[in-house]
Order: sequence, then structure tokens, then C-alpha cells
Amino acid sequence: MKILVCITNVPDTTAKISFTDNNTKFNKAGVQYIIGPYDDYALARAVELKEAQGGTITVLHVGEADSDPQIRKALAIGADDAIRVNTEPADSYYVATQIAHIAQQNSYDLILMGRESIDFNSGVVHGLVGEMLGIPSFSPVMKLDIKDGKAEFAREIDGGKEYLEATLPLVLGCQEPIAEWKIPNMRGIMTARTKPLQVVEPVSVDDMTSLESYSLPAPKGECKMIPVEEAEKLITLLRTEAKVL
Amino acid sequence: MTDFFNIDELLTEENRLIRQTVAEFTNNEIKPIIEEYAQKAEFPAYLVRRFGELGLLGTTLPEAYGGGGADSISYGLVCQEIERGDSGMRSTISVQSSLVMGPIYRYGSEEQKKKYLPRLASGELLGCFGLTEPDYGSNPAGMKSRFTDVGDHFILNGSKTWISNAPLADVAVVWARNPEGRVQGLILERGMEGFTTPEIKNKWSLRTSATGELVFDHVKVPRQNILPKGLGISAPLSCLDNARYGIAWGAIGAAIDCYETAVKYAGERIQFDKPIGAFQLTQKKLAEMLTEITKAQLVAWRLGTLKNSGKATTAQISLAKRNNVAMALQVARECRQILGGMGITGEYPIMRHLMNLESVITYEGTHDIHLLILGAEITGIPAFK
Repeated sequence: MKILVCITNVPDTTAKISFTDNNTKFNKAGVQYIIGPYDDYALARAVELKEAQGGTITVLHVGEADSDPQIRKALAIGADDAIRVNTEPADSYYVATQIAHIAQQNSYDLILMGRESIDFNSGVVHGLVGEMLGIPSFSPVMKLDIKDGKAEFAREIDGGKEYLEATLPLVLGCQEPIAEWKIPNMRGIMTARTKPLQVVEPVSVDDMTSLESYSLPAPKGECKMIPVEEAEKLITLLRTEAKVL
Repeated sequence: MTDFFNIDELLTEENRLIRQTVAEFTNNEIKPIIEEYAQKAEFPAYLVRRFGELGLLGTTLPEAYGGGGADSISYGLVCQEIERGDSGMRSTISVQSSLVMGPIYRYGSEEQKKKYLPRLASGELLGCFGLTEPDYGSNPAGMKSRFTDVGDHFILNGSKTWISNAPLADVAVVWARNPEGRVQGLILERGMEGFTTPEIKNKWSLRTSATGELVFDHVKVPRQNILPKGLGISAPLSCLDNARYGIAWGAIGAAIDCYETAVKYAGERIQFDKPIGAFQLTQKKLAEMLTEITKAQLVAWRLGTLKNSGKATTAQISLAKRNNVAMALQVARECRQILGGMGITGEYPIMRHLMNLESVITYEGTHDIHLLILGAEITGIPAFK
């Protein structure tokens, strides 16, 4: 089984977010980057499937060279080789086009990625890739098994879980608890340096979006406790202070 | 992670990944449980297997024997990140890697290496290192333990004390006088007749690490259990060089954990209507701590590069161990002051680190002995002989 795992390179969840150039650029200074946590789960499940059933895992990342440490980490966790599309990703459509282009050349049985990145959180790349390749896609997948060339999986839906079965190839957006979260061991780290990391140039994609500016959410306000018997006061405050009604 | 001089930039990509990985492990698997084990004075024995799974035992030894094949800076970073969790856990890794696997690799026969190293690397076996005796601590060359040759085996008599991991160890690398009177290593296994490992209880320091004695009462040691290479006191002392090197890095981890805890606390604790971090005396403490941590990080990094190229000397390692542990102890004390009464509780890691470091400053060459090693290096006149 050939598995492609797509990973994002995102700021650590504890990073302080700020912007530069008149709020048009994210300030990367001092920010620690990590593999997107949902992608981490996708990769962990891919490694479990490979350990149980054999096969190969290719890691794919659309991004610039500063993502290489995260790609090496994915190789250290258990991927066999990696491809980096050397470009600054513009938007979800752009990224999906690059992924689909790579996938078309290599015919993977399974394309796994996180349900969404944790920086822009669009959560649509898996669906777009599926459409571009003409194969089914599902998200968010929280359980996955492969039996006799078929995928048996569970997807989270409002108020419950949906159990599905589909033939391969498939694109799946993953989330916990699809696999046991993994950290690389020393041997994996030492062998990762000799695993191939192929850098390819992007295919051209028409600009479909443009960035106007970034803004931070309003700072967290002071917590006010309103007794139940003063519910009217709560409504007034929500209208006049919080301005959400 | 406190890295004021961007020392991370001086590391290789592998070094950085190892540091991040071990940091994640410490945050997820050591920090959440360690306070409870320290309060109970219990060794979390299950973690030895986890250390093995992650490749933290024998990090620098060749992969053919189950080691990690990594460089000395990687080993230092492992020690730093584990000791950010607890000095007792780092002690377990130091002893297993530098003082048990190290001498078997350097002084053992091929059969001994194949028999013991992979199982020690995986954490299947826990090891300990017997050098210190009740009457010979800073002066190990005076040791009394000895073994005699009785034909098809040796008979070992004597005792060792202050041995980390002793009460639970499956294997002990023990140093004793051979029939010619020279110091030589032997590999003992739990269960050998006459070999016991009583625990030293009621410690107020390194409470997550089991410490004990090794008692040898006419222990029959098979001939194949003697370490054939490495005769003389310099053999165990060179193993200590490796362990001390790891301690020089490890102490930085304990200091960083204290410092980061104090910075956070100083920003949150309000007195006189403002955070205590707004007061000059608190800022002075924090600024001086950051300065000392940064200096220690630079010393450790440079020592690591020397060690990678095989040039680190015993005296350089003494300087680094002595400086960095004293720095960490001072940082822990200052942080304890910043946290006030909260600093003595198990709610925060400060007092545990502080008590641990009181051992770390004494074991593997006391603070004063390292000073005298430097004194001998400077003057050419050893003051301790």
C-alpha cells in the first residue's frame, strides 16, 4: 500500500502571534514551528498501518525550505521519503492543486492529512484534492482500518459518529483519536538524515484570493458574574458592552 | 525554551530534533507524574523501558550494540531536557549510558558487549556503577574491595555505597582490586550468591531515584564477567568524565525549569497592587539568573564541540560540571525566594530541583574536588594526593 501523508508547518500552539508590514505579514521572528497536530495524527496512523500491513509512506509538504526540520521529523517518525513543493503556499486551492499534481504522478492508495491546519484552519484541502483527483474524500476521520483493499472508518458528525466503508484510493482528513500520538526515537532521528527529500517546483495556479490584512481577536475581557435573577442585566451588557446582540 | 543567545542556531538539525523530541517527552511523560513519585520517594521504574524505546540509553554508542549513534551534544541535550523534568530521571539515564554501557563498550569483550549492551539500551536491563566505598568517596583509588583468583572463577569481597539504581539494578559494573592489586571492572548480575543491594532510605534529595549499597560477601564471579580491558583507576575515572559531561548539561535543564517557573510566577503574583516582577529586586534576580544560565549554556555547547572532536579534557569537564551545577543550585535558591512560601510546596518544581541539586553538586566529583582538579591543572601540583 502506498500512502501519501500531507503535513503542514504551523506555529506552535503556544506561539505569540503578531504581524508586520502594516498587518499584512505574519511575524515569524522567534516563533517555533511544528507539524500540524492533526497532520501528526494522520502520520501516526499511516505508520501504524505500515507496521501492520507493510507498504510505503511518502510525506508531502507545500512550503519553503524553513519547513525542512518538520519534514525530517516526519521521516524520523517513520515515513520512507519526502517531497517538498518549493513555494510559499497562497491559499487552500493553491495547496490542493500542488498536492493533486504530485498525487497524479504517483498513484497513491491512501492520501491522509489533518482535518485542517491550525494556522488558517480552512479545513477544505482534503475535499479539494479529492475533487481534483476524482476520488472520494472524507473528514474528519477519527478511526481507520484497511481490510482487503477497502477502508473502514469512522467520521465525526453532529451528535455522533458515522461508520463508513469505501474502496481505495481515498483522501481522508484525520483527527484524534485515529492513532496513538508518536514522537520519534533516536534511531529514527539518526536514519532520517539519509532518507530522500525531493524538492520540486510548483505548478502554476491562477490567483483566486488575495490577502488584505490580518487582525488579532479582541483581548479577553474581564469576566463578570451575573446572578440568574438579574438575567435582564446580562442582556443589556451583551448589547451595550460586548455588542454581540 | 530559554535560549537568550540563540544557541539553538549553533546546533545541527538532528541536535534540534533530539532536543525537541526529548522536551516533548519530558512535558508529556515526566512532568505530569514526577512530583507524586518524589513525594512518595518512589522510582518510576516503568520509565526505563520508555527511555529505551526512545533511544535515550546509550545515545552515543554505535547502533550495532543498540546505541543511538548520536554525537556528544545530542547526549548533552538529552540530559538537559530530561533534567528539566527531574535530576533523578537524568541520573538514571547518566548511570545507564555513561557508567554501565560506557565501560562495557570501552573495556568489555565482544561477547560482553553483545550480551549486555542491546538489553541495556532497550531498558530491558537496568544497570548501576559501583566505585564509591564507605571510606573512599573522593579518594576512590584507595578502595578496599578486591577479588581473588580461585581457578575457574573469582571471589569478590567488599562493599560500595551511594550507588544510583542499586536496589533495582539487574546488572552492576563494579570496580575492585584484582589479584595484582590493580583496579579492574567486573560485571555482576542480580542473584549471584553473596551479592546484595540494600536501599539507602529517607533521602531528602533525588527521591525519584533509588540509591543503595552493593555488598559483596564471597561473591562467585565467572571469569567471563571480568572486563578484560581498562586496568587501573583511570578506567572508571574516564567513565566519570562522560557522566560529568552529561551533568554539566543536565543542570542547565533544572535551572531553566526553575527560572521559567519564577518568571511566570513573578508576572502573576500581585503584591502592593502590581506583579512582583515589576519590583527591581525581582528583576535583578531574574536578570542575573538569565545571565548565568546563558553563560552555562555557552560553556556546555563549547564543551560539546570539544567532546565531539575528542578534545575535551578532564579539567575542562570539571570546570563545566562545577560551574553549571553551582549555577543551577543558586538559580533554584533565588527562584525559591521569588515564589515565597509557594516555593516550598509540591505545587511547583522549585524545591524538588533545589533538593536534587544538593546531591548533584556532590556526586560525580564534589564541588570542591572539581575545584582542586582545576587547581592541579593550573599549578601542576595536585592538592589531593
